[in-house]
Amino acid sequence: MNASITERQAALMGMGDSRLRKEDARFIQGKGNYVDDIKMPGMLHMAIVRSPFAHARIKGINKAKALAIPGVLAVLTADDLKPLKLHWMPTLAGDVQAVLADAKVHFQMQEVAVVIAEDRYIADDAVQAVEVEYEELPAVVDPHKALLPEAPVLREDLAGKSEGAHGKRYHPNHIFTWEAGDQAAADAALAKAEVKVEQKMFYPRVHPCPLETCGCVASFDPIRGELTTYMTSQAPHVVRTVVSMLSGIPESKVRIISPDIGGGFGNKVPIYPGYVCAIVASIVLGRPVKWVEDRIENISSTGFARDYHMSGELAATKDGKITGLKVNVIADHGAFDSCADPSKFPAGMFHICTGSYAIPSAYCRVDGVYTNKAPGGVAYRCSFRVTEAVYLIERMVDVLAQKLNLDKAEIRARNFIRKEQFPYKSALGFEYDSGDYHTALKKVLDAVDYKGLRAEQAAKRADPKSPTLMGIGLVSFTEVVGAGPSKICDILGVGMFDSCEIRVHPTGSAIARMGTISQGQGHQTTYAQIIATELGLPSEVIQVEEGDTSTAPYGLGTYGSRSTPVAGAAIAMASRKIHAKAKKIAAHLLEVSENDLDWEIDRFKVKGNDAKFKTMKDVAWAAYHQPPAGMEPGLEAVHYYDPPNFTFPFGIYLCVVDISKATGETAIRRFYALDDCGTRINPMIIEGQIHGGLTEGFAVAMGQLLSFDEQGNIQGNTLMDYFLPTMVETPRWETDHTVTPSPHHPIGAKGVAESPHVGSIPTFTSAVVDAFAHLGVTHMEMPHTSARVWKQLQASGVACE
Amino acid sequence: MIPPSFGYSAPSSLPEALKLLAQHGDEAKILAGGHSLLPMMKFRFAEPGHLIDLNRVDELKGIREEGGLIVIGAMTSESDLIASKLLTQKLPLLAETALQIADPQVRNRGTIGGDIAHGDPGNDHPAIMLVLDATFVLSGPKGERSVPASKFFHGTYMTDLQASEILKEIRIQPFAAKTGYAYCKLKRKTGDWASAAAAVVLTMSGDKVSTLRIALTNLAATAIRAEAAEADLQGRPLSDANIDAAAKAAMAICDPAADLRGDVEYKTAMAGEMVKRAIRLAATRCR
Amino acid sequence: MSKQLISMSVNGKKLEQAVEPRTLLVHFLREQLNLTGTHIGCDTSHCGACTVDVDGKSLKACTILAVQCHGSEVMTVEGLAQGGALHAIQDAFYKEHGLQCGFCTPGMMIRAYRLLQENPNPSEDEIRIGMSGNLCRCTGYQNIIKAVQHAAKTLSASGLKVAA
Repeated sequence: MNASITERQAALMGMGDSRLRKEDARFIQGKGNYVDDIKMPGMLHMAIVRSPFAHARIKGINKAKALAIPGVLAVLTADDLKPLKLHWMPTLAGDVQAVLADAKVHFQMQEVAVVIAEDRYIADDAVQAVEVEYEELPAVVDPHKALLPEAPVLREDLAGKSEGAHGKRYHPNHIFTWEAGDQAAADAALAKAEVKVEQKMFYPRVHPCPLETCGCVASFDPIRGELTTYMTSQAPHVVRTVVSMLSGIPESKVRIISPDIGGGFGNKVPIYPGYVCAIVASIVLGRPVKWVEDRIENISSTGFARDYHMSGELAATKDGKITGLKVNVIADHGAFDSCADPSKFPAGMFHICTGSYAIPSAYCRVDGVYTNKAPGGVAYRCSFRVTEAVYLIERMVDVLAQKLNLDKAEIRARNFIRKEQFPYKSALGFEYDSGDYHTALKKVLDAVDYKGLRAEQAAKRADPKSPTLMGIGLVSFTEVVGAGPSKICDILGVGMFDSCEIRVHPTGSAIARMGTISQGQGHQTTYAQIIATELGLPSEVIQVEEGDTSTAPYGLGTYGSRSTPVAGAAIAMASRKIHAKAKKIAAHLLEVSENDLDWEIDRFKVKGNDAKFKTMKDVAWAAYHQPPAGMEPGLEAVHYYDPPNFTFPFGIYLCVVDISKATGETAIRRFYALDDCGTRINPMIIEGQIHGGLTEGFAVAMGQLLSFDEQGNIQGNTLMDYFLPTMVETPRWETDHTVTPSPHHPIGAKGVAESPHVGSIPTFTSAVVDAFAHLGVTHMEMPHTSARVWKQLQASGVACE
Repeated sequence: MIPPSFGYSAPSSLPEALKLLAQHGDEAKILAGGHSLLPMMKFRFAEPGHLIDLNRVDELKGIREEGGLIVIGAMTSESDLIASKLLTQKLPLLAETALQIADPQVRNRGTIGGDIAHGDPGNDHPAIMLVLDATFVLSGPKGERSVPASKFFHGTYMTDLQASEILKEIRIQPFAAKTGYAYCKLKRKTGDWASAAAAVVLTMSGDKVSTLRIALTNLAATAIRAEAAEADLQGRPLSDANIDAAAKAAMAICDPAADLRGDVEYKTAMAGEMVKRAIRLAATRCR
Repeated sequence: MSKQLISMSVNGKKLEQAVEPRTLLVHFLREQLNLTGTHIGCDTSHCGACTVDVDGKSLKACTILAVQCHGSEVMTVEGLAQGGALHAIQDAFYKEHGLQCGFCTPGMMIRAYRLLQENPNPSEDEIRIGMSGNLCRCTGYQNIIKAVQHAAKTLSASGLKVAA
C-alpha cells in the first residue's frame, strides 16, 4: 500500500521510460485520420492540369470539353484567380510563386489549371479534357548555365528588379547572395597554409517522399464566413496566418487542422498551389473541396531538397590542424524561391559547415539561382541546409586526411572542439551549447574494433584476387536544430518560438495543447512523459493535442528537429508554472510555508516528515475547490518558449562496406551509429527515430536522385524508379549513445530525429570513397549506385573483367 | 491516378473469351494479372474501350504433365509457379525466376502468360522461354496454333500474338536428369526490372559442355538468345577462359537502352557478368 | 460506363454494391465502404500501403478492379481485431514500436497476417523477403521485423491459427 519511491517513479512513466506509444491504438486498427480519410457532406474533388513542358508560353486554355463532362462544376485558371489577386502567392522565402501558371510555365508538372468535379474519377477525366496550347521555350536545367550572360530570362515577372528579398541580384536568374564569416581571414589562412585541399561536390536534388502525399479538404461556410481546412501541414498555424493574409478572412475565422500525417520529412512545410486552389474553389462553389495529389505529382512538383553545387577549400598545418575553411555554393532553387527557411537565412543554417571542429577562420557564400525545375529546397529530415553543410565539411576533412596520409579518426580527434571549450563560438557565428566529441569517438572506435577493421582492409588491398573492395566510413557530425531564437529566426515575421498550454483537471488528469504537429514522432507519448516527470502525474492520464489552430496555442510547427528543443522546453516551462502554483496550494493544505516543502516524484512533503504530504493529484482537487484565499481557482498554464539558442546534437557514425569488383554493388556490412541528443525522453522512440533516419540517409546516399534531361523533363518520378529501399535492401543498424545535456534547455534535451539522416549520408560516401582511397580517389558523387561505382572501378582499373 | 472508363467482361471459358474478343475487336484488351496494363491505363497511356478479364477462366490456370511435356496455363500466377511441386521437380528454373519478379503481392496476381504476351523486354519469362525452348499455344477464332518461343518475340511490345488470339498455354520439355540451370538477375532493388539478366540451361558430358542455351533479359528490344556464346562453349570444358569468352560473345549481341539503371556500357558489361554467374551456378547443379 | 452489381464479403460481412468497372478496389473500400484503413501511397503497386487479403492472398488494392473481386472474401486492417481483442500482429506492432506515422501500418500488418500463415516461423531473411512488397519511410524496418517475429511467437504459443 505504501508504494516505494521506485514504484512511484515507475508508475509515472515519465522521462527516460521506454513508454509504449499512445497513438498506436488507432493506427493499428486502421482508425487513423489522415486527410484523404476525411469526408464531408457535399464534398467535391479537385484535380490539377499540369504542364508537360519545363518552359513554355501558354497561348490559350480551352475549358469547353472539360466543362461538358457531366459532374464537372468548374475549371479554374490564372485568369480566374486574377480578380481575387490569388494567381500569385508570396513564398516563405520572400519570393512569389504562381498559384496557377500566369501566361508562362516555369517547370514540368507546374500547375496550369484546376478542375472541380463531383468525384475524383470525373475530375481525373476532366483534367485530360482541358486543352492547353503551349509555345515551348528553351529550358535551363543547369544553374551554372542559368548564370551565363546569354541565358534565357526565366522569371519575366521580376524584370528590372535588381533587389530581391535578400539583397542584390546580379543576373535575371540570380536570386540572392548570402555570406557568413570573414572572407579576408579565410583567404589569409589559405594563403599561408602549409597544406591546402580543394574539392568540388554536388549534392543532388532529392525528394523527401513521405508515404502519404500532400492534400487538403477545404470547407468554406458562407453563412458564418468561416473557413476550415484539413491539410497535410507540418506548420498549421503559419498556414492559417498566410491564408488569412491572402484571403482577407480574419485569422479567427480561419481554422487549419493537421490531422494524422503520414510522414512529412520537410515535404509538408511549404504552402502549395493545390491548397490555395482548393480553398478558392470551396469559397467560390460554397462546398467542401478535396485535393489529394498522386505520387507522381508529389515527387515532381512539391518541395524537393538539396541541389547544392558546393566547392570547399581547407587550409591546414602539416600535422593536420585545420586553420581555415572557405566554401562556395551554387544553390539551385528551381523556378520560384519557395525554400522554407527562417526569413533571414536564405541558405538556412548552412554556416554550421565548420562542423565539429575548432576552425579559427572560415567564410561561406551561397548564391541562389532560378532554373526550370520545381521549386523547393526543403529541409529533408534535417535542420535547414544542415545536411549539405555536414556533407561538405565531412568530405573535406576526409580529403585532407588523405592528402596528409593521416587516419580519418586521427585527423578528427586532432581538430575536435574540446569538451572544455563549450560553449564554443564558431568562426561562422554559432555558439555551440555542449559536446564531448572525443569520448564519443573513442566509444565507437572501441566498439567496432577500428584497428582490426583497418588491418582487414590492408590485407584485402594487398590481395589482387579479392572479389571485393572494403571501405570504412567515419563521420563526426554536429547538427544545429531547434530554430530558433526569435531575435534571429522568424517565418514571415513570426518569431520561431513554440508553445504549450496545460490544464490539470480536478481529478488529476491533464490535457496539453501544443503548437507543433507530429508526423510519426510520437508527440502524444513523449510530451506526456515530460509533464509526468515535471508534475508527478502519470503520463497515462495526460492527453496531448496538437494540429488544430482553433484549440492549440500558436506555434511554428514541426520541422528542423524543433519539437523537443523548442516545444519540449515550452512544456517544461508551462509545467513549472503549474508546479509553482501547486506548491503554494500544497503549503496551504499542509499549513506550512512553501520553504518547508520538498518535492519528491509525485508529491510535496513536509521536510523531515514523510507522512505529511500532498500529492499533485490532491493538489489538483484542491485547486478547484479550496485554493488559498486570494488565489485564482484552477490549475493551468500557458508558455510561449523563445529559445535562447539553438541546440547542437552530435554523433559519431561508422560504416563498413564491401564493393563487388564485378558489378559495383555496395553491400553495407556494418553501420554503427552513436548519437548524443542530450537528455533522452523515451529511449524506444529515440531508437526508432534513428533507425528511420539512417534508412532515409541510406536511400539518399545510395540511390535517390531527381534528374532532368536537357529539356527539363523529370526522370524517374514514380516509385518504380525513385529509390525507397525495401526491407531487403535496408541494412541492419547498430545504435549507441552518450548523453551530454544542453545547458540552456530546461530539461537538457537536444532533439534527435534528423541527426541520423544528416550524419549517415556522408558516412556512406566516406565508406565508398575509402574503398578506393588506396587508388588515389578522394571523392565520388552521390548517389552511389552500382552503375556509378562500377565506372569508378573501371577508371581505377580494378573492375573484374 | 484513375483509369479511363471501359466496359468489362469476365468470361468463364476460353471460347467465351474468344467470342468477346471477336465482338469487341480493336477496342478490347485482355486483362491478365493487370500489373502492367492497369498502371498504363492509370497513366492514360492505354485507353481500351473494353477489358476481357481472364481471371475466371479456370482452364487457363494450372500446371500439369501431359504427353511427356509440362503444360502451364497462361493464367497461372507467379506464386503458383513458385509453389508448384511438379515444377520444383521437373523445371526448377521457373520458380527460381518467378521469385526474382516483383514482390509477393504482385506475384500473387501476375501471370506467366501476361508476362510473355506483353512483349516487354524487361519481363523475365521471355528469356526463360527461349532457354527452355518452350512452345506457346495460341487460341484464335480459327482454332489453335503453336509457336515456338524463338519465333514469338518480334520487338518491344510486339509479339506473334494476333489481336484476335489469346495465349492459352505454354508447353515445355521437362529437364533431363542432371540438367543445370540458373537465372541471374542484377537489379537495383526489390521489384525492379533487370539492369541485366541471364538465363542458362546446361548439361555436361564429363567435363565438357553437352548442351547449353543462354538468353538475356532487358538487353535488347526483346529477350535474346546468345547463340554465339553457346557455340563458344559447345563441347568444351567450363574453364575460366572459356566462360569469359562466352560472356564476351554474349556482350557482343547486347543492344540495351540506357536508363536510370545504367548506361549501355554498364548494362553490356553486366550482361557478361550475369552470363558468367549463370553458367557457373548452372554447372554446380549439373550433378 | 454503366455500373455493374457486385457482391463480396468484406471482413466477414456480405454486401452487394453497384460499381463502375474502372473502380479500383482500394477506392471501393475507402470511398464506398468507408473502410479508410487501407491507404494509397504510390498508385503503381510499389509501396504496399493498399495491401489487402483477397481469398487468402495478399494483393495490392490499387491495381485490381473492384469488379474483379465479385464473389471474393476480402479482409482489410479493420477485420484483424476480433470481438474487441487485438490480433497478435496488431499487439506485436504496438509492443515492438513497429510503426511511427502509421500510414504503411495497415498494409504491413495485413501482409504480415498472411505471411505468418504461409510461413508460421519465418527467419529474419524470410520476413525481409516476404514483406518486401511493403515500403515504410519512418521505421527503417528493424522494429517491423521484430514485430513480425514477436507475433509469430505469440501465435505459435497460443496455437491460434486462423483458417487460411
